[in-house]
Amino acid sequence: MPELEAVIGLEIHVQLATRTKMFCGCALSFGDEPNVHTCPICLAHPGVLPVPNEEAVRFALKIGMALGCEIAPRSIFHRKNYFYPDNPKAYQISQYDIPICGAGKLGEIRITRAHLEEDAAKTIHVGESGRIHGSAASLVDFNRGGTPLVEIVTEPDLRGAAEAAEWARLLRETVRQLGVSDVNMEEGSLRVDANVSVRPAGTEELGTKTELKNMNSFRFLQRGIEAELERQREIVGAGGTVEQETLHFDPASGDLTSLRSKEEAHDYRYFPEPDLVAIAPTEAMLAAARESLPELPAERQARYETELRLDPEQAKRFAGDPALSEYFEATFAATRADSETEDDSQSDTAAIEPRVVANWVSGDLIATLRAADKTDEDFRDPTVPPAALAALAAQVATKAISHGSGRKVLTILVEEGGDPKAIVEREGLAQMGGDDGELAAIVAAAIEGDPAAAEQIRSGNGKAIGAIVGAVMRETKGRADGGEVNRLIRQQLGL
Amino acid sequence: MAELTDLTVAEAAAKIAAGAISAAEYFAAWREAAAADDLNAYLWRADGGPSSGDWTGAGESAPAGEGVETPYGANAPAPADSGPLAGVPIAVKDIFTTEGVPTTAGSKILAGYRPPYTATAVRKLTAAGARVLGKTNMDEFAMGSSNENSAYGPVRNPWDRERVPGGSSGGSAAAVAGGLAPAALGTDTGGSIRQPASLCGIVGLKPTYGAISRFGMIAFASSLDQCGPLTRNVADAALLLGVLEGKDPLDSTSVGLGGGLSLPSREDLTGLRFGVPKEIGEGALDPGVRTVFEATIARIEELGGNVTEVVLPHAEHGISAYYVIAPAEASSNLARYDGVRYGMRAAGDEDLVTMYEETRAQGFGTEVKRRIMLGTYALSSGYYDAYYGQAQKVRTRIAGDFDAAFGEVDFVVTPTSPSVAFGLGEKTDDPLAMYLNDFFTVPMSLAGIPAISIPAGLAAPEGAGDGAPGLPVGFQIAAPAFGEQQLLEAAHALEGALGFAAAAGDAVPWRGGDRA
Repeated sequence: MPELEAVIGLEIHVQLATRTKMFCGCALSFGDEPNVHTCPICLAHPGVLPVPNEEAVRFALKIGMALGCEIAPRSIFHRKNYFYPDNPKAYQISQYDIPICGAGKLGEIRITRAHLEEDAAKTIHVGESGRIHGSAASLVDFNRGGTPLVEIVTEPDLRGAAEAAEWARLLRETVRQLGVSDVNMEEGSLRVDANVSVRPAGTEELGTKTELKNMNSFRFLQRGIEAELERQREIVGAGGTVEQETLHFDPASGDLTSLRSKEEAHDYRYFPEPDLVAIAPTEAMLAAARESLPELPAERQARYETELRLDPEQAKRFAGDPALSEYFEATFAATRADSETEDDSQSDTAAIEPRVVANWVSGDLIATLRAADKTDEDFRDPTVPPAALAALAAQVATKAISHGSGRKVLTILVEEGGDPKAIVEREGLAQMGGDDGELAAIVAAAIEGDPAAAEQIRSGNGKAIGAIVGAVMRETKGRADGGEVNRLIRQQLGL
Repeated sequence: MAELTDLTVAEAAAKIAAGAISAAEYFAAWREAAAADDLNAYLWRADGGPSSGDWTGAGESAPAGEGVETPYGANAPAPADSGPLAGVPIAVKDIFTTEGVPTTAGSKILAGYRPPYTATAVRKLTAAGARVLGKTNMDEFAMGSSNENSAYGPVRNPWDRERVPGGSSGGSAAAVAGGLAPAALGTDTGGSIRQPASLCGIVGLKPTYGAISRFGMIAFASSLDQCGPLTRNVADAALLLGVLEGKDPLDSTSVGLGGGLSLPSREDLTGLRFGVPKEIGEGALDPGVRTVFEATIARIEELGGNVTEVVLPHAEHGISAYYVIAPAEASSNLARYDGVRYGMRAAGDEDLVTMYEETRAQGFGTEVKRRIMLGTYALSSGYYDAYYGQAQKVRTRIAGDFDAAFGEVDFVVTPTSPSVAFGLGEKTDDPLAMYLNDFFTVPMSLAGIPAISIPAGLAAPEGAGDGAPGLPVGFQIAAPAFGEQQLLEAAHALEGALGFAAAAGDAVPWRGGDRA
């Protein structure tokens, strides 16, 4: 039996953060008292007509462009007909064969399409089942009904649960940075369904897929897909066949329960929505959407990796956090500005590697903030402006102070702010060099004070040097450069 | 008050504007006339007064976001003294929503429904100074050609009370023809303004699709539905259309006429080219209707018009295409009537699905159910291409036929209806025979072009003995899209030459000549 390969495609619903609903003037809301954001249009009174929200069209264009999609010159709306209490018109206005955004790609995953539609109202089924069948009553909150949605559909290019969750995170970050959605999975402004199937590795034909719903976090998305892959592998491994069905993931139990099978599949009787005309974006709209696109996570990560040679994890971290990334870039720029303006030939800040600056930002600064009971986001609070961190990094890079001293200065900066150089002087943290013999004397004293360690080092136990280095650092209050201390110890031991 | 109700809308509006008569006395005269309705033309009249305020739905008021006055009934403000229609009472087909006033679309399923907002067309009329005189009876959801599909009983034709007024705007047509309203608003999906206008001996105009907003017009077949006036004469139709037309931000498919409209003044047809479809010669047409049609053609030539034959090769498939497209759209449009949010709800709602089923079973009439079934089938997976897709192709071909014809002529003319008014109950058992009433009107609806029916003469019903009283015969003139001004000019000139009202004399019901 060959290994069974996972084949996964995602369908992502993104609620657009427009001011009003897709086809009427009601305000969008979350968490308000039920049924206060309604009007004859979104309650489907007789005679009402939909009018498309232009802002939603602009947002959809931005999403399409960010995903590298082809934009349709004329896309049309269709009616998707079905009876359900969450759908007062008994049809959803959606797009069918001509979506606003066609084929695209994000990362390595191909996008099939992205289209505009309207959200359904929220239903709450009272009773044990939690579903409409067998419930004692169903309550409908029409506040959500008519919220603009973009549905993004991928090709089945994902090959594992973790990969799917990872890619979904990238998509969320991309959409978030476009500023078109809150992309909050718990609140439902981002909803991810997965189409899952398995097939013998190396084959091309797709297996029968199931559709997984209700995974309202990336963790649940991964767990749900894992559970379904395991179930399908067991079935296929035992010679059975997977049935096409829609499955509901219960995060509490990890169970998958069937919502409806293929036999019960709806016939949505799609037909072109006669109440609406085609969406034909003008050149101006297209240009505006194009120009409004920020540098997106995937591009930014690639730039950090190739131009700045950051390691991929760090590049991804910055790419996924625009504010942190902006702080990093400002700090990095400041290190370059310093080197240009300073005449001091000893100053060699240009030598500060981008990755060293990145470490100061994502490592030392964040750690110091946390240690000071501040949040990771407090770098926005300018007690440590990028210029100050750049100056501090420069002092360490030029060995004016040790890295340990640099951290002390950073702690003070986080608490009080100020000028790093002044702090160094005030606190007497200037690096102890090897030239004046002061450090050599302290090293000699430390070796004398721990003959056992000295002996171990001589007999080849390199790790033992730590004890003596530690003693020197204590004595110098961290002002000594670690490399220099190591060199002096070895020198004095005749190694 | 007989003198006041003898005035056309244009005449009355002019007198009111000049201060010769007051808006209040004119309105009062019509209120009195409407109160005498014995045709079942009205479902609600302004003299009844609305008991508004019992709509309990959630939400805001009119979607336009403006406060909407309720210009109806006992509590209505005094008739306006300014505006092109100041003080003019209008009968409004019950398919238009009117805030706080019962609106049923002729269906039981909307019994008790009082809309929370007013249709754009009605708002435009009232903004021009007009007042709603009443809501008129109609075939349920505008599905029918005889007004016998109303859940509230058939409307009687004022020329002969044992005959139908046509449909679906039967109440509006009968009200105008019977002297119960000076003018009325109707809707036309496949002939629902023109055919009843023809059967009742008045003017009915279906404008270009998109000329008038559909917002607040309860949808039957959205790609075909269009609002229009039913009036005593062409000038009144032009006056109303001028007020009604326009792009509406609440209707994406509305475009208006652009450049507005002026009252028609033309009195000859010199240099105008009229095309008679060759296919008429082959169609089923009552001999009396054919005679009037041919006499009208002769009159056109006398007025200097040039009449030629044109071909509309696909028009004969119009009915087939129409009875796929319209029911398909209707099946979707009518799915919202489920008893949950408004209107009728069947008792015995032990569970949701049963409640839906019972409400729809009890709330919809036979013809509506028939069309929902037809339309649902036509849109079903596996049948879409064969039915809906094919019908749309036919529709495109028919529009192409008209495009080609309008390369040769300025207007296409036909009889409006193949027969004069038929007897109540005569065609109710034969839906296909009923559908053929729309044979001449459906092609223009499918093409989206404007068409008007004007009364052209009287003809005895087929099979009636010699000396049987004549019934009105309508003459249809169709023009290219947005050619309303030219259409109205030609119709006005022809109307003057035909002198229908003068020729019919006391037989015209609004003069009290009702003979039945």
